[in-house]
Amino acid sequence: MTQTAVVVDGLRKSYGDKVAVDEVSFSVEAGEIFGILGPNGAGKTTTVEAIAGLRVGDTGRIRVHGIDPWTDRDGLTRVLGIQLQEAQLQEKITVREALELWSSFYDTPRPWQELIERVGLGEHRDRRFGKLSGGQQQRLSIALALVGAPQVAVLDELSTGLDPRARREMWDLVRELRDNGTTVLLVTHAMDEAQLLCDRIAIVKDGRVAALDTPDGLIRSATAATVTSFRVDSAIDLVALRELPGVADVRSDAGRVVVEGSEGTSLAVLDRVRDSGITPRDLRVVDGSLDTAYLDLTTEESA
Amino acid sequence: MTTSPTVAAIRTEGRLLAREPIALFWIIGFPSILLVLLGLIPSFREESAELGGQSLIQLYVGTLVLLSMIVAAGQAMPEVLIGYRQRRVLRRLQTTPLGPARLILAQAVVYAGAIVAAAVLCLAIGRVAFGAPLPQAPGAYLLTFLLALAAMLSVGAVVTAVAPNPAVGNVLAMAVLFSFMFTAGVWLPVQAMPDTLAQVVGYTPMGAATEALNQATLGEFPDLVHLAVTAGWTVVLSLVAVRTFRWE
Repeated sequence: MTQTAVVVDGLRKSYGDKVAVDEVSFSVEAGEIFGILGPNGAGKTTTVEAIAGLRVGDTGRIRVHGIDPWTDRDGLTRVLGIQLQEAQLQEKITVREALELWSSFYDTPRPWQELIERVGLGEHRDRRFGKLSGGQQQRLSIALALVGAPQVAVLDELSTGLDPRARREMWDLVRELRDNGTTVLLVTHAMDEAQLLCDRIAIVKDGRVAALDTPDGLIRSATAATVTSFRVDSAIDLVALRELPGVADVRSDAGRVVVEGSEGTSLAVLDRVRDSGITPRDLRVVDGSLDTAYLDLTTEESA
Repeated sequence: MTTSPTVAAIRTEGRLLAREPIALFWIIGFPSILLVLLGLIPSFREESAELGGQSLIQLYVGTLVLLSMIVAAGQAMPEVLIGYRQRRVLRRLQTTPLGPARLILAQAVVYAGAIVAAAVLCLAIGRVAFGAPLPQAPGAYLLTFLLALAAMLSVGAVVTAVAPNPAVGNVLAMAVLFSFMFTAGVWLPVQAMPDTLAQVVGYTPMGAATEALNQATLGEFPDLVHLAVTAGWTVVLSLVAVRTFRWE
């Protein structure tokens, strides 16, 4: 039996004339890793801040395990832990002191001694916040979001500033949270992260949910199952390529010609290119990815 | 082992203040050092008929107790809190059961502790080194002390509330520091000021507090007008602070 952890229903929030979020609705099942993806300024952070009770929507309604975050912030803080972008701590507080202080806020905190090792800060426990690197501050911030053993963990830009190894460690941590029944809301614009971790993803664009599906579902629904790309030395007629059967999109991207389309379009495209007397270089044919699906949904008209 | 969140926050903020030797020097060390230096001037130790038989140094004990308050609550604490807001520490705490208000409370408690330490030190040095009397009306003295502390904390709260960033906060805090030092009598004890000036200064929070502390030192119950002025400023400034405060 699944239980709904987070319900967002018709959320709208504007700042002055600017509508940040409009008619955003989705629900997150307990124990799910739910991704919120979108370009900068799309309304991702506003949405999670409304869920965390930091912003009150103009209209709409949010429930987190039945709690209204806009009226019962105290109740909310006991079930939801959030790692905020750019929020810092007192300059001279040590890692250990921060975790001890945060532990004291909760009735049944997660043992911080274990958590500190889990985020790889064990050997830095007596270091002051201001002396930590950006990645270490980020990992401490994640640990503080989790020390209250929240039922819902909101991680905003989880892996910003982390090196590749630390990213993978945080990914393992997120999966482990899910395996222990914690619901995770992951705000990100790292496609690989979203594709690897999330059970479902909401793609937010211009303050609205543009698509909501599993990563596989999003990729399948994309116009491109395969992506063919290559370089050419001379001018090429992109319009002619676009008219080939099965081709969904043709664009010129960082010096490469990129053709997206259904299976089999690759050969047709390459034949056409060679017919025009041009030899494609650095040829690559890959499966469509979440990137493609994401770009489909969030990019304006392709060139 | 469970500690209440508020107690834990007070302990943490206390440790953090202990890591700020410069702030501690200005709050606890500086008033006492100034008292010693002024006390070394022979004429400051002479009882004066114009001052109602008191010596200047006796008057300075109360003024320097207030100086510690001005530095701690009017300057040091606002700078820390403005920094917390700028660094989004307060916002971060909004997402925890502690909440930012209790962090601010913890700050006030910690600075009040430092101010009490500074006051005890000033009174002890005044008594031991210069024969200044301890407060003859201790209850009235304590009452005045608490009212003055509340007034200074509300001044600090207004500075914190209205400063949009640390740079402006710094300027405001400096303006508070120097004007309040003057009205507390750091440059010239209020009792030694010309009458008209002393009357005007008597309507400022620190000017009224200086007069009331001195009366309590002499064993009198302070004039109600002094206590009312100090309390009135606290009420007005607290309202302004609450109205204008921003968590982020």
